[in-house]
Amino acid sequence: MGQVADRLEAKLRTAFQPEALAVIDQTNEHHGHAGWRESGETHFRIEITAAAFAGKSRVERQRLVYATLADDMNNPVHALSLVTRAPGE
Amino acid sequence: MSNPVFDRIRDDITSNDVVLYMKGTPVFPQCGFSAAVVQVLTHVGVKFKGIDVLTDPSLRQGIKEFANWPTIPQLYVKGEFVGGCDIIREMYQSGELQELMQTKGVSTNQAA
Repeated sequence: MGQVADRLEAKLRTAFQPEALAVIDQTNEHHGHAGWRESGETHFRIEITAAAFAGKSRVERQRLVYATLADDMNNPVHALSLVTRAPGE
Repeated sequence: MSNPVFDRIRDDITSNDVVLYMKGTPVFPQCGFSAAVVQVLTHVGVKFKGIDVLTDPSLRQGIKEFANWPTIPQLYVKGEFVGGCDIIREMYQSGELQELMQTKGVSTNQAA
């Protein structure tokens, strides 16, 4: 995994102590798209299962994730696709 | 505190039932995520107003602050923020989006 992916994963682990977490670099699938950079690590998909999401709406869940990763949003991360689940979902 | 961009957004989302803030236009989306939401709304058969944030840097930044949501596209129904691309896709697949439109009194091409 690249540096950015490692950093995103570390921040999410600290903030949510997730039951399951996958940070997937999809930059190569967006070759040449807006926001894509030669250096890579601009487009990610994150799948996260954490107790913190229980009883929260999709919007609330994603806001929590975005807030945790705020320093990385826009630069270097251009696009983030999120799947957020509470345990048992 | 009055912010002219916020005033404009409030005006747009209250005077139109369904508003999509996007990159590009519904006919020529400039981003895969915006294109995906346009496709969903078209499938559901909802009339919506597409607003291209790429033509206005203050709107592009302002809409993120307005919704406390750092990405585009953003969908609003009857003045309320519903979500971005992932959420709209999930809601469409589960039928919740169609339900929401009906609850809010927005006409779709789908039978109840």
